[in-house]
Amino acid sequence: MMEMEEKIKQWCPAGGLRVEESGERVLVVMADDLENVCRRLHDDTEEPMDYLRDLVGVDNGPETGTLSVFYQLESARTGRRLMLRCDTRGRDAEGALLPTVSGIWHTAEIKEREAWDLLGIRFVGHPDMRRLYLRENWNGHPLRKDYDMNSNVLDLEAETNADVTEEFDLMADGTLRGHENVVFNPDDFVVNIGPQHPSTHGVLRMRTALDGEMVKKIDPVLGYIHRGIEKMNERLTYPQTLALTDRLDYLSAHQNRHALCMCIEQAAGIEVSRRVQFIRTIMDELQRIDSHLLFYSCLAMDMGALTPFFYGFREREMILDIFEETTGGRLIQNYNVIGGVQADIHPGFVSSVKKFITHLRGIIHEYHEIFTGNVIARTRLQGVGVLSREDAISLGATGGTGRASGWANDVRKHHPYALYGEVDFREIVYTEGDSFARYMVRMDEIMESCHIIEQLIDNIPEGEFRVKVRPVLKLPEGVYTASVEASRGEFGVFLVSRGDKVPYRLHYRSTGLPLVHAMDTVCRGGKIADLIAIGGTLDFVIPDIDR
Amino acid sequence: MEMKHKLPGVKDMPAEEFGNNDYLLRMAEELNRDGAGIVLGTMDELINWGRSNSLWSLTFGTSCCAIEFMALGAARYDMARFGFEVTRNSPRQADMIMVLGTITWRMAPVLKRLYDQMAEPKYVIAVGGCTISGGPFRGSYHVVEGIDKIVPVDVYIPGCPPRPEAFFYGMMQLQRKIKMERFLGGRNRKEKESENAKSDGE
Ligand code: SF4
Repeated sequence: MMEMEEKIKQWCPAGGLRVEESGERVLVVMADDLENVCRRLHDDTEEPMDYLRDLVGVDNGPETGTLSVFYQLESARTGRRLMLRCDTRGRDAEGALLPTVSGIWHTAEIKEREAWDLLGIRFVGHPDMRRLYLRENWNGHPLRKDYDMNSNVLDLEAETNADVTEEFDLMADGTLRGHENVVFNPDDFVVNIGPQHPSTHGVLRMRTALDGEMVKKIDPVLGYIHRGIEKMNERLTYPQTLALTDRLDYLSAHQNRHALCMCIEQAAGIEVSRRVQFIRTIMDELQRIDSHLLFYSCLAMDMGALTPFFYGFREREMILDIFEETTGGRLIQNYNVIGGVQADIHPGFVSSVKKFITHLRGIIHEYHEIFTGNVIARTRLQGVGVLSREDAISLGATGGTGRASGWANDVRKHHPYALYGEVDFREIVYTEGDSFARYMVRMDEIMESCHIIEQLIDNIPEGEFRVKVRPVLKLPEGVYTASVEASRGEFGVFLVSRGDKVPYRLHYRSTGLPLVHAMDTVCRGGKIADLIAIGGTLDFVIPDIDR
Repeated sequence: MEMKHKLPGVKDMPAEEFGNNDYLLRMAEELNRDGAGIVLGTMDELINWGRSNSLWSLTFGTSCCAIEFMALGAARYDMARFGFEVTRNSPRQADMIMVLGTITWRMAPVLKRLYDQMAEPKYVIAVGGCTISGGPFRGSYHVVEGIDKIVPVDVYIPGCPPRPEAFFYGMMQLQRKIKMERFLGGRNRKEKESENAKSDGE
């Protein structure tokens, strides 16, 4: 770590490097050095920081007059993580500026748009500074601390979307000049898909430019399920914030909540018992199987095969029964809590899980017989929608999607948490990067999850299922993060505490946002008919994207 | 000659097994007060029997509740037993709209538009806390706190998400409501319009 920081220091001629360490270690870079530092970190020969995990904006409050952006970096080669911070000069239109890094990491393109939309930070040189979640005529930026909650009214007029976007350039004399970039030309043939479309897995909207039946460009329009969770978090006490994580990506309910609990526990210095670690790991894996079964069902149904849908749901119901027995919920379980889990496992838990795993192992061949080997399925998936490894990393397309492109990115393997360091499992990696590989990764992961559960289920130790935690918790000041491998990629929690009983800022790394962003790269040049199948294999859940 | 309206049962479930009947009781009372001839009344019953047992829904799933709805379509809960299995993706072909999941401000105009595109007679079921009141997201800057602010709602199914059984209960309540309606003559239609105007005025 030290050599790395020494290196970065040399790349900062303008203002040097400051290290802050309350909670996580954060390297503070001056705005003038940011581009240089990022470029060099990305291009480093030994340890390239080629994966931008997340880009998070924070409002430091009107009294400080600045906004900050945190850059969470990771090296796909070594797995080393690093966090940079850069502050703006001011909060007004001239001051809230930072240089863009979208030319270095592709994923920054969409995340900087998010920061602009919610915090009003303009990125100089970014080709597309449109809002991401909110309507184009929205007033203000909701994550600003001084945002007036009454500054907008519900507008029932259908919205129109501009076909041009703005880019801002900083002139030599320090003034800002804007120019227009074209999203769609007037003679582009643009087809609107969504937001109410049965095969986009939720309320995704894509404006798709076509050339014949070839896809020329996809412009995702998000925000149709933007619930403003991150703003709500700032008013909720820590235990209350937990309730909303289940509703982000409801097929990763356990994992999402696991991440948030881990983050808060680590910040508060709470140690959970081994029993809890066992329960959490098993629940996470059950959830993964649940999600992958639903993936299988939906993918098949999107492609017009109805029987596999019934297969997938048949086994999925068994998992839901297991969940219900212990947690009381089928889909939304509200199970993990700070310091443990809500209730101890049901007396029948162990036997029903074992019964289920045996059943699944015995029946999974049916899935492959009816769909995997099917000639129509294969022709529609193989060689279609190829995502290269470089693109996957640059886009931050984690989870099964990245692993299908040969990027070994499993958080469970590379940054183990809970019991993943102790169990034996294979990280499923394919290299083809096509729809079929993405499909196979998930199917293989079902078996790996079974394998993990089998190692744990008989050895759940005795112990407390929950340590006593005060209902109103105050976390020490600082920046805290945690990440887990959710069902469809890396889910991250980013927490800034100012010592209050509510978080100052609580942000989630969406697993799906980079995947939707990847649609343009993956589908371009392909046929429109493949778009739905590609979307199905990328496997995103929209509420988690919009938050 | 006149006929007497009583509360209808659904699928071998007598009316007494349902709760929350005040609304329907009021409807029955009104119908009885206005009276209907045997011929028209019997025609109504026949039409409503058909309508209520082949409800085609426009699914409008935005989030978690929609996944539970998918479970209803699969073998275990099998909503085909009640005639709900045909879901449409075009508002022109649907009798009712099931709103499943949080409705945000950006989505609100879309929902309103889809509702307006549906042909009469049309019904709305609000599923889950989110559609009823904003649910867990009440107080957010971008969430509609109850879809009845945008479209008139016939049946509310509370829960977060509701259990599949609750879905059925709510959908069967809608069937019963339809069975009560006077299709020929359009008395209830008028009532709906005034409901509509009321919610528009809010
Ligand atoms: S009511 Fe609950 S389960 Fe349904 S959409 Fe809202 S948050 Fe999700």
